[in-house]
Amino acid sequence: MTWSATARGAHQPDNTAFTQQRLPAWHPLLSASITLPLFFCAGLAFLGLGLGLYYSSNAIQELEYDYTGDADEGSCATCATEDQGRAPPPRCSCSWYFTLSELFPGPVYLYYELTGFYQNNRRYGVSRDDAQLSGLPSALHHPANECAPYQYSAGLPVAPCGAVANSLFNDTFTLWHRRQPDAPYVEVPLDRSAIAWWTDYHIKFRNPPLVNGSLALAFKGTAPPPNWPVPVYELSSDPNNTGFVNQDFVVWMRTAALPTFRKLYARIRQGNYSAGLPSGAYRVDIAYNYPVRAFGGHKLLVFSNISWMGGKNPFLGIAYLVVGSLCIVMGFVMLAVYIRYQDQDDDDNDDE
Amino acid sequence: MDCSRARALVRRFCAGEEDWVDSRTIYVGHKEPPPGAEAYIPQRYPDNRIVSSKYTFWNFIPKNLFEQFRRIANFYFLIIFLVQLIIDTPTSPVTSGLPLFFVITVTAIKQGYEDWLRHKADNAMNQCPVHFIQHGKLVRKQSRKLRVGDIVMVKENETFPCDLIFLSSNRGDGTCHVTTASLDGESSHKTHYAIQDTKGFHTEEDIDALHATIECEQPQPDLYKFVGRINVYSNLSDPVVRPLGSENLLLRGATLKNTERIFGVAIYTGMETKMALNYQSKSQKRSAVEKSMNVFLVVYLCILISKALVNTVLKYVWQSEPFRDEPWYNQKTESERQRNLFLRAFTDFLAFMVLFNYIIPVSMYVTVEMQKFLGSYFITWDEDMFDEETGEGPLVNTSDLNEELGQVEYIFTDKTGTLTENNMAFKECCIEGHVYVPHVICNGQVLPDSSGIDMIDSSPGVSSREREELFFRALCLCHTVQVKDEDHVDGPRKSPDSGKSCIYISSSPDEVALVEGVQRLGFTYLRLKDSYMEILNRNGDIERFELLEVLSFDSVRRRMSVIVRSTAGEIYLFCKGADSSIFPRVIEGKVDQIRSRVERNAVEGLRTLCVAYKRLIPEEYEGVCGLLQAAKVALQDREKKLAEAYEQIEKDLILLGATAVEDRLQEKAADTIEALQKAGIKVWVLTGDKMETAAATCYACRLFRRGTQLLELTTKRIEEQSLHDVLFELSKTVLRCSGSLTRDHFSGLSTDMHDYGLIIDGAALSLIMKPREDGSSANYRELFLDICRNCSAVLCCRMAPLQKAQIVKLIKFSKEHPITLAIGDGANDVSMILEAHVGIGVIGKEGRQAARNSDYAIPKFKHLKKMLLVHGHFYYIRISELVQYFFYKNVCFIFPQFLYQFFCGFSQQTLYDTAYLTLYNISFTSLPILLYSLMEQHVGVDVLKRDPSLYRDIAKNALLRWRVFIYWTFLGVFDALVFFFGAYFMFENTTVTSNGQIMTTNSHMMFGNWTFGTLVFTVMVFTVTLKLALDTHYWTWINHFVIWGSLLFYVVFSLLWGGIIWPFLSYQRMYYVFIHMLSCGPAWLGILLLITVSLLPDILKKVLCRQLWPTATERTQNTHCPDSSPELAPAASLQSPGALGPRPTAALRDAPTRKVPCVLWRSEEYAVLLPTRASPVTVTVPAFCRDAPT
Repeated sequence: MTWSATARGAHQPDNTAFTQQRLPAWHPLLSASITLPLFFCAGLAFLGLGLGLYYSSNAIQELEYDYTGDADEGSCATCATEDQGRAPPPRCSCSWYFTLSELFPGPVYLYYELTGFYQNNRRYGVSRDDAQLSGLPSALHHPANECAPYQYSAGLPVAPCGAVANSLFNDTFTLWHRRQPDAPYVEVPLDRSAIAWWTDYHIKFRNPPLVNGSLALAFKGTAPPPNWPVPVYELSSDPNNTGFVNQDFVVWMRTAALPTFRKLYARIRQGNYSAGLPSGAYRVDIAYNYPVRAFGGHKLLVFSNISWMGGKNPFLGIAYLVVGSLCIVMGFVMLAVYIRYQDQDDDDNDDE
Repeated sequence: MDCSRARALVRRFCAGEEDWVDSRTIYVGHKEPPPGAEAYIPQRYPDNRIVSSKYTFWNFIPKNLFEQFRRIANFYFLIIFLVQLIIDTPTSPVTSGLPLFFVITVTAIKQGYEDWLRHKADNAMNQCPVHFIQHGKLVRKQSRKLRVGDIVMVKENETFPCDLIFLSSNRGDGTCHVTTASLDGESSHKTHYAIQDTKGFHTEEDIDALHATIECEQPQPDLYKFVGRINVYSNLSDPVVRPLGSENLLLRGATLKNTERIFGVAIYTGMETKMALNYQSKSQKRSAVEKSMNVFLVVYLCILISKALVNTVLKYVWQSEPFRDEPWYNQKTESERQRNLFLRAFTDFLAFMVLFNYIIPVSMYVTVEMQKFLGSYFITWDEDMFDEETGEGPLVNTSDLNEELGQVEYIFTDKTGTLTENNMAFKECCIEGHVYVPHVICNGQVLPDSSGIDMIDSSPGVSSREREELFFRALCLCHTVQVKDEDHVDGPRKSPDSGKSCIYISSSPDEVALVEGVQRLGFTYLRLKDSYMEILNRNGDIERFELLEVLSFDSVRRRMSVIVRSTAGEIYLFCKGADSSIFPRVIEGKVDQIRSRVERNAVEGLRTLCVAYKRLIPEEYEGVCGLLQAAKVALQDREKKLAEAYEQIEKDLILLGATAVEDRLQEKAADTIEALQKAGIKVWVLTGDKMETAAATCYACRLFRRGTQLLELTTKRIEEQSLHDVLFELSKTVLRCSGSLTRDHFSGLSTDMHDYGLIIDGAALSLIMKPREDGSSANYRELFLDICRNCSAVLCCRMAPLQKAQIVKLIKFSKEHPITLAIGDGANDVSMILEAHVGIGVIGKEGRQAARNSDYAIPKFKHLKKMLLVHGHFYYIRISELVQYFFYKNVCFIFPQFLYQFFCGFSQQTLYDTAYLTLYNISFTSLPILLYSLMEQHVGVDVLKRDPSLYRDIAKNALLRWRVFIYWTFLGVFDALVFFFGAYFMFENTTVTSNGQIMTTNSHMMFGNWTFGTLVFTVMVFTVTLKLALDTHYWTWINHFVIWGSLLFYVVFSLLWGGIIWPFLSYQRMYYVFIHMLSCGPAWLGILLLITVSLLPDILKKVLCRQLWPTATERTQNTHCPDSSPELAPAASLQSPGALGPRPTAALRDAPTRKVPCVLWRSEEYAVLLPTRASPVTVTVPAFCRDAPT
């Protein structure tokens, strides 16, 4: 790869601005006089943005509950002790009671949060077959090798194959509300539609073509993932929400970036609850299926609302405030240096 | 016969080399010698095919791949690629395979194309028709079918197809003229001679009847050396034996001139011709930047390995809990479970290596190569370095050393032809102490009244009148000048006595000057015809002298002689040479007067030669003749024997007089040297000339100044004292003031009293270099180096070519390891050009040998200034930024990936998508830095030229020192931390609760790991590109285009890449990730914040450093920054010489940066030194400010 310029003939070189390295150019200089106002302006702008972000983040309410049950408190403790065995664990249910003294402004979102769960583990992350999930019949019966050991189950191809699908979160929640202490609990409608990315739900994930109008027949000759109690075509009774296009499934298949993650479970925005959760007593019935204690994890339920800048995240606001004030401090430092330097410069000039 | 042949064969193959390598025997025209002649060993010769190509069609792919993978970097990437293929790694083999494939393919195509061109050239050459004689008839055949022993006919203006022994020409005297322009660049016509016994064979039939054998040495690459012997068998039984020398040899590649046709016999063919043997490439020189680059690479390799090791160890520590190694949701396959633990650990280690291998990018090598290759065009394109007179521009033979031009600390320059014009003019001659000066000193032109002579001393007497004429005759006869054929001169024929029509050609310009000078004094050399030299004397009579012998010039003897017989039958030996080689051999003549005159002339910088003669009586001549003949016929050690013979012949001479020839200084040589010295470069002059001449030149070009205290380390002094004492005395003198000297040196004002110049001659140098008996030679060398280091200028005179290289080597390997540059124009400078870090050839009058062997060639010495101060400076800052920036951006790239391992269970999960991993270095961030490294000018060309001291800012590899490297690396680490943890905290809440998403009102969706990576990547691409934008000082439209263009390209690419489900991909993990990220407000805010935070420290550092500790370059930038535009006006006016006149002082006052250069050398100082040359009154403007010397 040793290149050398070939000798040019002995003729007059081209006289263009480019060849003579004399192209017209702008010569910016990072001198103090230019950067000083820049620093002050940036500092002020950042402070303003930071304040806005900080307050809007603080306005967001969050309510969370760890229902893992390893602290021997709450009704989930019993379920927790039962799940010592590996998956699939025995079915168990427990409840979480809480009261709101004032309105929890809407729209309210219900998340589940898992900790210590490495969805970003490489072997876990690749253990899926996107072709299968996009409804390709050939891929349905011949899952990708990456899915091993969840590729074949008892000789039948697993659909959906792979570790990600196999470990689908299967706790379910129902929310009950009681306005008065004696009144019966009323179920709060949870909107479980449109919780996944629109593109994922409508384009990326597709069911295999129906056979005789039946999804079950389309999946004929495949086995459900070992941990699943039901086959994929029975995930929901709604034909638009079952099979590979089940919203919970699609949400789960978008693997999280960090070992602690939240995923959206439902939105509360219907009927009386469109403005938020009114005050009163609440109960969440939890179908406790998902074993987390085996890997030292926790599971949490979170109610939260959002602002214009998304969910609760004070980091951005604080960071903006810090950087803004740093800019201003540095601006002052530079101003000091600049003034000193100017003096020196004048002295130098006097000497001449 | 058969028996002996078999024996010979056995001997040849078994007994080994000494028997058959010595010489070869050629049967001219394939005719066996008559029986009874010596039995020769038959040898197998190659055919006349020239193969300069490296590959054939069949072996191209394997051989080229082998060549390419011999480079350590390519091999490393190949290994990484293979590892990716073999084991289960986080990234697909495409990520490293594609760039590697790209690099390998591009290089292979380029080399293949070059080789194809070579094949074409080879074929054209091998198939061109050649005439040769078969059975007395002329036959045309392809050149490649030519065999050793064939008799070839070559016509005028044809090139010789192989190395031939010249048998005969159509000229009666058996001579032919040849130019070797394509071999060594000397365009003058050289005369070659046929031997007496074959020159009569003029026709095809005749030549076929020639019966002869030739014995000669095996081929060797020296173009000017050849020994052989021809045996011509005639009817007589005894063969006639004649010596063959290089004057009988016609080399392949040379062209026949002025001769209708010649016959010759092929002796070396194909790859054995001297031209082919000279093809061999020079050893590769590597620049200091490349060396530091390799050191940094090793550092990064260590970082890479330690990263991989740390991660592997942590992985196994972390996994020691079984639920982490294999949680229920992520179980292993049976085969994975059974894998040996150590094997697993090893593959994990390799996988980590693969994951982090981008820290050493393939693209850096490609970019560096491209930068050097493309960048070197700016040198060849430079108009300022184009010489109008000769029509030559600068040449770049090695683009690998561009940046080394900005690092030069020592310049070793030749004197003649480099500092001086090598354009000789006859100044005066001194006969018997009387000085003669020709009236009109016009180079090459003679005015009609050319016979006028100024007598400086008293008019000569009658006896000296005779001596005077003898002296002129000696000058007319003792030379090797040729007269160009008048047939080719257009226009009416000049009358022979006018002498105007004579055009003299010689390899030595001194000789031409002398012959021309003598012509002006009344004696005209007309021509050499049938070994009679004809001269036209003052009375208009033609005198004829028979040329008996020429004892040619060589650099060891430093003289030449001719033996001639006058018409009266008297035999003279005329000898002409350097004073030191003539005076010891003189027994008569006014030695003292002539010596004083010679010394006076030498001090004035004139080249002096002494002329002596002796008269030989016929018996003496017989002896001389025999001596020479014996030496000439010798096959072995011919050189040595000839030298001995010359030594014997050239003695007991009678001194006639001396000549003085002026070699004018090259235009602006003094300015250039002054600028280079101001740039902190030490200039040494190495010359073969004598001390006085050389010292005068040094004064003239202001290497030595009035205040310079000269220290002499010459043979004369060493004879008086011992070397030991001299050295110690000198070092004491020098070291006493060295403290103050170094300080002055840095202030750029070395007008101080303690300014030393050292003069050393070749003999003294060899004494210093010679190891002493007790083996402590290093001692003297150290001492000598110490002295040299403290001298501002060193002059080495009386240097043999090899000694020049020795000096360069001595400095090169001294303990500071300075970067050296050698510049010269002649063949005697080649050794030092090859030895120095950077070799520069001046495309001069002495042929192109130096230019061909150099790394760069320039037409004039003055171009060195722009070459170093402007181009060298630019290339250095460009490439150093390129190297540092590449390491920086790859730290930014890979460090977040390393951090991510701590959050993904050390599972080698990549942070970025495959496409991003692949394209980061080859498309998103490649063009801006490439264009930066081609276009950047941190200060303008004019400023660099005007203020040479800026060169000191980058001396000693300043921009690639460890401190700078560590700063860049830490900046990279800091930025990586900002990217990663910035994104991390945006995904992970710092307060009690934690959430793994960013939510927006419109698309309240959660983001996964690919969004995380894309966020980091986006911030990174922007930061890294903007960092380069901050470093750019020279924003042309091209810079704008590539910087903003690559950012735009990144965005467009990401939109496309995520916007479509690509059918050829087995995964769709990037689908809509980028678009979703951009649809979320906090992501924008986060990107803005993180970019700002990453760039802040660098901005702060830049501004503070500029204010508090500005370098000279930064000061210059400040004063030339656009908002202080009033200063630009006088600067511009200063450039044009016309505007300078009215108010130079005002211009100086307005531009503070120029005060340093202008204070220095006034021409009076120069004038005081040499009162005869420059009048002190005329020049008061600082000399360097003038555009051309008046």
